Amino acid sequence: MVIKQLSVFLQNEQGRLEEVTDILYKHNINISALSISETADYGVLRMVVSDIDKAAAALHEEDFSVKISEVICLETPDLPGELHKSLKVLSGAGINLSYMYGYSNGGTARLILKVSDPAKAIQLLK
Amino acid sequence: MIWNEPMECMSRDQMYDLQSRRLRNLVTRVYHNVEFYRKKMQILGLEPGDINTVDDLVKLPFTTKQDLRDNYPFGLFATPKSEVVRVHASSGTTGKSTVVAYTRKDIDIFSEVVARALSCSGVTRNDTIQISFGYGLFTGGLGIHYGAEKLGAAVVPASGGNTAKQITLLQDFGSTVLACTPSYAAYLAEAITEAGINAEDLPLRIGVFGAEPWSQEMKVKIENGLKIKAYDIYGLSEIIGPGVANNCDCQNGLHIAEDHFIPEIIDPVTFNQLAPGVTGELVFTTVTKEAMPLLRYRTRDLSSLDYDPCGCGRTNVRMAKIFGRSDDMLIIRGVNVFPSQVESVLLEIPEAKPHYMLIVDRKGTMDTLEIQVEIDEKFFSDEIVQLNNIRNKIKHKVESVLGISVIISLMEHKTIQRSEGKAQRVIDKRKI
Repeated sequence: MVIKQLSVFLQNEQGRLEEVTDILYKHNINISALSISETADYGVLRMVVSDIDKAAAALHEEDFSVKISEVICLETPDLPGELHKSLKVLSGAGINLSYMYGYSNGGTARLILKVSDPAKAIQLLK
Repeated sequence: MIWNEPMECMSRDQMYDLQSRRLRNLVTRVYHNVEFYRKKMQILGLEPGDINTVDDLVKLPFTTKQDLRDNYPFGLFATPKSEVVRVHASSGTTGKSTVVAYTRKDIDIFSEVVARALSCSGVTRNDTIQISFGYGLFTGGLGIHYGAEKLGAAVVPASGGNTAKQITLLQDFGSTVLACTPSYAAYLAEAITEAGINAEDLPLRIGVFGAEPWSQEMKVKIENGLKIKAYDIYGLSEIIGPGVANNCDCQNGLHIAEDHFIPEIIDPVTFNQLAPGVTGELVFTTVTKEAMPLLRYRTRDLSSLDYDPCGCGRTNVRMAKIFGRSDDMLIIRGVNVFPSQVESVLLEIPEAKPHYMLIVDRKGTMDTLEIQVEIDEKFFSDEIVQLNNIRNKIKHKVESVLGISVIISLMEHKTIQRSEGKAQRVIDKRKI
């Protein structure tokens, strides 16, 4: 399924992430998935949240740079080779993967993928 | 409109004669009334009779900011203190502030040159001018104020800071002219947009900006942001304050009020006078001022002079827009770097905002230059690759202009401090 992901630009400064989680907490927004990519001087926080528009507005209000982008959420059995199968389908169709993150629990793995063509990817993976 | 046609449009020969006459008078005055200059001239074996024309300027000693500090506060007065009606002091960003003084006639000259400068920018008595330069010891606020009143415009003495109030005044009083520093104008443009106000709806039409160097690109940005035409006013308190020079509609250099302030361009290292068109340090001799006239004051500002006729009809010499300051210049790994160069590059890159900070440091024996740049929110990406592309683009462009390698740090928007006065752009951490 195609879902919306919220990204936040974070300059490398102590306590900056905590400010984000504080704002989300104060607005009663739940985070269901999260990843951080970091470079030497800045990081990008990516999240799937309960109310993305509200979260984006709340963070923007506090001068954070935010972006909403479309990603796909992939659910596979938690077994060897399952991820590989899906990725093979995507690469076979010429779809680029920018990044992904996920977890597995209770026999199922849930993965968030940023791909070049989310709609097509979903079709292929059905 | 030309405020004072006889003085602003006279022939070059007439100007030469006028300046020479006034220079002779000045040299006699300072020789007899200012011990500092008498001693300097005596060391050089000069007497007032040795100075006859503008060509003799080169024989005279220079005056530096340090000389003003050494004679703090009133040591360079050329008139009794009873003649003084006002004192100002420079912002003193480095070291002790420098004091300048005005007689009643000096205030008249100040108002006259500001009235000329504002007219040069297209301001008329029908305008409402919001003066957002600081009022106080700084010459910016009061200087423009008196000149604008002389011109007959309606003055709104807003002074600096309190941006919300500034915007309210712009709206409610319908100010048609804004006078402030360019960095504050840029900040105000952002604040207006953020307040949900369309700059098109404001009656504001002209900006008169000065007191710090700013690039051509910055000018375009402010003009687009505030929907106005921006003019460059130049001045420094030591010479009189704002109004020493101002650009006209031809926007090809700033006309100097040279019947009062004779300009020269010198090589800051050899002190030799440089030819028209050559960039060097701007030097002024104030030939009419009474309380604190200065001989060959070294401004540290880098510019060049153009004596060619101007399309506006004025014959007064034009100085090129200030390129930088000889003392703002950073020497990094032996290369001269001006903050204004970085600003010019950033303004050409849409992903970067023109808010930046230069941090110079020394790691071991190696100088490093870090440039902190705010990225425009619109270009923020969830993909590191895209962000790195932006950083590399900025890095590449800056390096090709500066000629040295730099570290670019991307910053969140609004994290670099906005200035409400003169912007602080450089932190030099090197301990040499």
